[in-house]
Amino acid sequence: MAEEYEDNVDGPVKRFLFVNRKAPYGTVYALESLEVVLISAAFDQDVSLVFMDDGVFQIVKNQDTDGIGIKNFSKTYRALDGYDVEKLYVEKESLEARGLSEDDLLVDVEVLDSKALSDLMDAQDVVITS
Amino acid sequence: MLHLVNKSPFEKNSLSSCLRLAKNGSGILLMEDGVFGALHKTSVTDEVAGRSGDFKFYVLGPDLAARGLSEKPLIDGIEIIDYEGFVDLTTEHDVVNSWL
Repeated sequence: MAEEYEDNVDGPVKRFLFVNRKAPYGTVYALESLEVVLISAAFDQDVSLVFMDDGVFQIVKNQDTDGIGIKNFSKTYRALDGYDVEKLYVEKESLEARGLSEDDLLVDVEVLDSKALSDLMDAQDVVITS
Repeated sequence: MLHLVNKSPFEKNSLSSCLRLAKNGSGILLMEDGVFGALHKTSVTDEVAGRSGDFKFYVLGPDLAARGLSEKPLIDGIEIIDYEGFVDLTTEHDVVNSWL
């Protein structure tokens, strides 16, 4: 059984894209997606993250949740590179619609327009949107 | 009447419906993901700012802070309140309507 398990671990690396579209804290989607991202990375998969629509709010800096009694998980995004998750993308149109710029974000990202993002999505083996 | 809007205006139409149906003179509190509706220079700023003479807008400070938005410019005339202020508002208004 142990051998079989190892075979699974050494299976083919797939390109995973996690598309984050929800704001943090109002719903649990953002935190749940982050958990799955970390699990995927632990299995040495090729992981990319997209932040679009209200998902861009997940990586806005200076989050302080002391007043609402919910754990501030935004620091975890800064730790993703330690898990070799370094491909972070943000949709330009989503930032602009929310009055935000790259300077408002707590991690280094590549800002893409919708067309480029569409191509990125098309190049994946697995896409998980939440 | 006090209207509570806790949904993002970029994702749900709760804020638009509230603005359409609320009577002039109502209070509108933007809270949880609804606080995005208080931000300056967004795609919904004009819709909210255009009604600033009709309603008294409030935004819940702890929800702004949680989302890293405490220092971001807000639409003119929106008052930032804390939980005590929230309690006061609910006692000052005869009816509270949550746009869930």
